Amino acid sequence: MFEALSDRLTDIFSGLRARGALTERDVDQAMREIRMSLLEADVNFKVVKQFVARVKERSIGAEVMQSLTPGQQVVKIVHEELLEVLGEPARLALSQTPPSVILLAGLQGSGKTTTAAKLAVALRKQGQHPLLVALDVYRPAAIDQLISLGKQLNVPVYSEGTKGEPEKIAANAVQYARKNAFSVVIMDTAGRLHIDEQMMSELQRIERRVEPNEVLLVADAMTGQDAVHAAEEFHRTVNLTGLILTKMDGDARGGAALSIRAVTGVPVKYMGTGEKTDALEQFHPDRLAQRILGMGDVLSLIEKAQETINEDEARRLEKKMRTASFDLEDFLQQFRQVRKMGPLTQILEMIPGMRSTMKQMGGMPNLDDREVKRVEAIITSMTMQERRNPGLIDGSRRRRIARGSGTTVQEVNQLLNQFKEAQKMMKQLTSGKLRLPKGMMGV
Amino acid sequence: MRNIFSRRQEAPVKTEEQEALDQAVQKTREGVFNRISGLFRQPIITEETWDELEDLLIQADVGPATAMRLVEGARKQVEREELKTPVEAETAVRRQMVEVLGEDHHKPLESMPSGTIVLIVGVNGSGKTTSIAKLGDYLSRRNRSVMLAAADTFRAAAIDQLRVWAERIKAPVIAHQQDADPGAVVFDAVKAAQARGVDFVLVDTAGRLHTKFNLMEELQKIKRVAHKAGPESPMVSLLVLDATTGQNAILQAKAFLQTVQVDGIILAKLDGTAKGGVAFSVYNELKVPIWYVGTGEKAHDFAPFDHLEFVNALFE
Repeated sequence: MFEALSDRLTDIFSGLRARGALTERDVDQAMREIRMSLLEADVNFKVVKQFVARVKERSIGAEVMQSLTPGQQVVKIVHEELLEVLGEPARLALSQTPPSVILLAGLQGSGKTTTAAKLAVALRKQGQHPLLVALDVYRPAAIDQLISLGKQLNVPVYSEGTKGEPEKIAANAVQYARKNAFSVVIMDTAGRLHIDEQMMSELQRIERRVEPNEVLLVADAMTGQDAVHAAEEFHRTVNLTGLILTKMDGDARGGAALSIRAVTGVPVKYMGTGEKTDALEQFHPDRLAQRILGMGDVLSLIEKAQETINEDEARRLEKKMRTASFDLEDFLQQFRQVRKMGPLTQILEMIPGMRSTMKQMGGMPNLDDREVKRVEAIITSMTMQERRNPGLIDGSRRRRIARGSGTTVQEVNQLLNQFKEAQKMMKQLTSGKLRLPKGMMGV
Repeated sequence: MRNIFSRRQEAPVKTEEQEALDQAVQKTREGVFNRISGLFRQPIITEETWDELEDLLIQADVGPATAMRLVEGARKQVEREELKTPVEAETAVRRQMVEVLGEDHHKPLESMPSGTIVLIVGVNGSGKTTSIAKLGDYLSRRNRSVMLAAADTFRAAAIDQLRVWAERIKAPVIAHQQDADPGAVVFDAVKAAQARGVDFVLVDTAGRLHTKFNLMEELQKIKRVAHKAGPESPMVSLLVLDATTGQNAILQAKAFLQTVQVDGIILAKLDGTAKGGVAFSVYNELKVPIWYVGTGEKAHDFAPFDHLEFVNALFE
């Protein structure tokens, strides 16, 4: 649905053969696409306007570099400007005299409680001694949620139940932390709407009472145009020092981060990337910029591969590929490893340019789970001998394999043919006739 | 304006430029759609009127493509029917909006037969548990009995949260332990509802990002189990969408639609300054109707969606 900006610009400039400087007309058309792309990524429309104006200014008359197409040249400018706005990754500023206090705030459902737990884990890894504090006295069972997360992670949780004023609980928690030698106090507050004056003034009271070292806004990566209003209001009330962007493991492009950064100047400090409590990452401006542009995310892909694919195994398979002794058993193993990374279509979409390549080929291949299971069923219905030497598989063996896997002989044939093709390709690869992008083979 | 894009490391102090942008943002806070009406109170309609209309729609998360479609449609209508006055033009815009939004969003759940299973799905933090409580309260107040099924066995304390709500709205709740099989919870709930002759089983599922393949598979399984437990029971799947969500809502709706055939949407958290304009895009692209809207923190802050009212409210 949302085309990558690079694909769009390639389309625009495809008629443009001449190299040289970009003319105003070329640029105007490109700017329209950039505007659309950023709006689809939920960048606030005012921020988009300013951003596009700056990119335009830089683009007109820009020399197109020898190695780039005009489209790539514009994308490069956009990318650089995005990085400029997103700023350098910022670290938490913890106090020299512990305990440091970190206050988390945000709208309902942005992910504060989960983020509090993740932050505790991340800080503990850095040698800190964290205390979690439950200040959400409103949402049913919010305190139970934090307590139970604390138990799971073995991080102490300070709570006074749902009675009492959050600012008092917060102050008591700091006292408690000081007495018990905790080095960092992470406060989970209730979700609140930025236009709810009562709740916003409560937040301010907490802030004034405990004077936190960090006030972090927890914002959902999926937030739309309203993100800036909320961020502005929080910033006005409690002077934010940073932003944590959550739910980045989905497919939201995260334009809200750009908007918030542009409007408030508050730096992004972390990104939440999963349901597990260690899924909190340092902010990488470069990756977010690529993502906002819909340019695919090779780094994330490589990381995902590193996480799921056993390195020794990958090396062994790579060697087998090189020596062209890759058989169906190896194929099955690799297949299973790749599957662990998630649905294949999703993996393919992370590869830059893959979307447009697939479009030329008539849409994404139908790599649904049933297909994947079928391939697995067919191979596991073969004997080990057959897997090692697929040449053995004659008509009667094919019929047996089809019966065993609940498929048809045609389907078995299809797989065997595909495998033969793949083997051929590998031979070409190893003989240097074909080249894969760097980093895609082996890990 | 360049300064607002500059790199800053320290806790930010506002520059003059930022203040200016603040002011601009402040304006939008006063209500995007109020300003749509304002646009048409000017004496004549110009090119800028249409441009500004498009900007206003985008600000409400309508999305650039749908916004363009709305503006183009209204513009053509104005030309075709040779409408001269701004008031006539405003009517044309309203008509376009009503058209894009479609009619008849609200399928009255309250008139569905006894034993209906309602699966509530959505991404993390969209407001499923609260919406269930509100929906339960809404149905109870219409003299239909409800039972809640705590099938979010993943998130810490989600079961407790549902229990607190169940107590508040005086509805029975079927729950297992944390980390139990959600399918088993649903099976028990459907059986219990049958035994007690309960009208609606409202199933609270764990929040899941629509890109998580295994979790989406799990949702299908929950649905299969529910069907097995009550083969005769009508089944309804409602997607809870956070009104502050931007264009990603379309991808969410699409994925949930493919997985569990979403029948309708509950547009939650329509109480901020967010306008839920993405509902236009979702309907425009996927034709998934909106059934209910959630508008506050209390159990009765919940209402059936009325597309005319929705559009009219945008102009007030």
